[in-house]
Amino acid sequence: MSFIKTLMNGEEGLFKGDTLTPMQKMALRFVVVGLVYYGFVVIEGMLMRVYEVTPVSFISQSQFFAIMTAHPLVGIFGSTYSIVFGAFLFLVPFLMKKPLWSIKMANWNFVLVTGGTFIFWFAGFVSHYAPLYTLYWPLPADFNQFSVWGGTFFIVGIALVMVGTMLFIINIFKTITYTPEGWEKQPAGALLGSALGISGFKNLFRKNKKEHLVSLPVAAIARGTVDMAFNTGIILFTGVLILIYMVGSILGFDLKTTAIDALLYKNWFWWGLDLIADGLVLIFVAGTWYLLATLITGKKLFMQNIARAALLVELVVSWTVWSHHLLSDQSQPGMLKVLSGEMVTAFELITQGLAFFITLATLWSARPLKMTNPLKFLLGGLLGFALAVPAGIMQADVGLNRILHNTQWVIGPHVHVAILVGLTMTLYSAIYFLFPILTNGAKMYSQKLVNIHFWCHLIGGIGMGAFMGMAGLNGMLRRSLYVNGEFNTYMILAALAGTLLLIGFLVFFYNIVMSVGVKGVIDIFLPAKVKGKNLLPE
Amino acid sequence: MVDSTVVINGQTLAYTFYCIVLILLMAWFAYKVTKGGSGTFVKPAIFYTFVGFLTVLGVSLHIITYNTIPWAEMDLNRANYTPDKTFVITVQDHKFTLPSNKMIIDLNDKVLFDVKSNDLTYGFGLFRSDNTMMFQMQVVPGHRNDILWHFTKPGVYTIRSTEYSGPKGVFMIEKDVVEVVDPRGIIK
Repeated sequence: MSFIKTLMNGEEGLFKGDTLTPMQKMALRFVVVGLVYYGFVVIEGMLMRVYEVTPVSFISQSQFFAIMTAHPLVGIFGSTYSIVFGAFLFLVPFLMKKPLWSIKMANWNFVLVTGGTFIFWFAGFVSHYAPLYTLYWPLPADFNQFSVWGGTFFIVGIALVMVGTMLFIINIFKTITYTPEGWEKQPAGALLGSALGISGFKNLFRKNKKEHLVSLPVAAIARGTVDMAFNTGIILFTGVLILIYMVGSILGFDLKTTAIDALLYKNWFWWGLDLIADGLVLIFVAGTWYLLATLITGKKLFMQNIARAALLVELVVSWTVWSHHLLSDQSQPGMLKVLSGEMVTAFELITQGLAFFITLATLWSARPLKMTNPLKFLLGGLLGFALAVPAGIMQADVGLNRILHNTQWVIGPHVHVAILVGLTMTLYSAIYFLFPILTNGAKMYSQKLVNIHFWCHLIGGIGMGAFMGMAGLNGMLRRSLYVNGEFNTYMILAALAGTLLLIGFLVFFYNIVMSVGVKGVIDIFLPAKVKGKNLLPE
Repeated sequence: MVDSTVVINGQTLAYTFYCIVLILLMAWFAYKVTKGGSGTFVKPAIFYTFVGFLTVLGVSLHIITYNTIPWAEMDLNRANYTPDKTFVITVQDHKFTLPSNKMIIDLNDKVLFDVKSNDLTYGFGLFRSDNTMMFQMQVVPGHRNDILWHFTKPGVYTIRSTEYSGPKGVFMIEKDVVEVVDPRGIIK
């Protein structure tokens, strides 16, 4: 097959867009858009890496901070949320062997997240709105530095993403509990109890263990979705609060910045944000590891009841860890610093450590395994979290935080290694696993390119985190600029590692496009020719 | 008091060692899980030992740092200490207002920095001349932001805001404004 033919029709012409069900198309749309937004994030990341080495003239300083503001939000909402929504809206019905509650709602979910992300990214790009993701009070009201109109559109974009997220939450819980047409009445309360881990928790103390009504991965998705519901409410509320100040400013009313206590606001904001970082991300990831381990091995999960209980503990832990972000706030009560900031946070070492061990033990029970693409990316994801979680536990210490807070250590070995190596490689593992299922048997264009993608991503991700971390240990701050080349050695090395990440992504994207063809990619966004709520063609 | 450089060096060593061991362990696992052998179930005893190890590690880390990092205890109980010197600093419109152009500290003094913000959230950090950080704290408007530090090494230090407060915050640097001197005139 010629290059042009493969580019247009995909590898061996195996991908036939007109055979896709509406469910497959919905999931693929989320994944494709998620990957496009991931491309945004990688390019933005590289621009910032270059700027950290030498402030190039085509990017102004305000543009640099605007990129830094949009970068994590596009990464979390535009990319990760999209891929997770697509995968879970497909997997929950797949695992529960019943149709999704509402495909229409899933499609609206897609439109709102995709559109909302573009609106806030574009608003930041045009207006250089840059309060950074922390949105620290009273920064949003500091209209001397930022355009109030830019901020208004930015917040509207975020709000649309949150509304889309709400639709996802409703769809997931309704799918778990509802009774499909023509089915025998489903025990909604018992299903919900099983999904939330109540029955699993009771099983720990029962002599005669009751069978779980929902599988462990569905339970993980449900529990992560609880945190998602909380943080969606908080981010929406915070957005509305900021919007009130902005609309006030547009109408000529100056609402005093001191009206809301800055420390209280920080506590509130970090409580909500940690429901993502220390809540749903860890829970979703653990659930995905369990699912992938059982699918790869075909075996039951090692210590299943403990794994379920650990997910429940993680859920509770995620509600009470926020204070580790406020260890350098001297007015934060010492008791909160020690209990919430240090001790409860240390539980994440235990819950994530358990998930790590359980996944490895399940894989071990089925050896020898073939080193498939899902397996190698899964191992990469496990390594990422095993590196990043202890880095986080170290900075969540009253003593060490004094010299680590707001340095590149936080954002390098902890955040970027967790997200890029831990989370993204886990998502890649799921994508490689789901690829033949969602495409009705399309073939990957090149295994060599998959291997290049794997090594570039793994080495690039760990390398970038490591060099950022070294800069942080030597005093380099995050969310700042050093114009005299103070940390250039580390920043050049981090930029080189970042280049590997970019190459890895481009190779992956090229491989996917060559696998399904340009026509296939377009076809994913056209209405499905196959009708009905079936997950796969009959 | 042990200088924060010593703590950073210790942390660097410990974490680097951990990373190397972990990467080697994962490489070994990837090799073993795909090459030969037959599937065996991991004994629950190993699992529970691992859980116990994580629990002990998670809790003991903070107990160890509390007892070994000298400023940890002093920081949490700073109200019980009497500082040898206090500097009151205000921040407004992205500018530090210092009590004097040069803040002189005697070696081995415990000094309280009391920093007040009149508008935004800022940070307050002290940096050595090689750009490494001595310590930092957040400066939140409407709240008391104070930090007690025991200076055990002579030197000249720079104040820098350690929290993002918009693009203007990048320039919140007061170079070489803190000097720690040995009152006996002996620089160790």
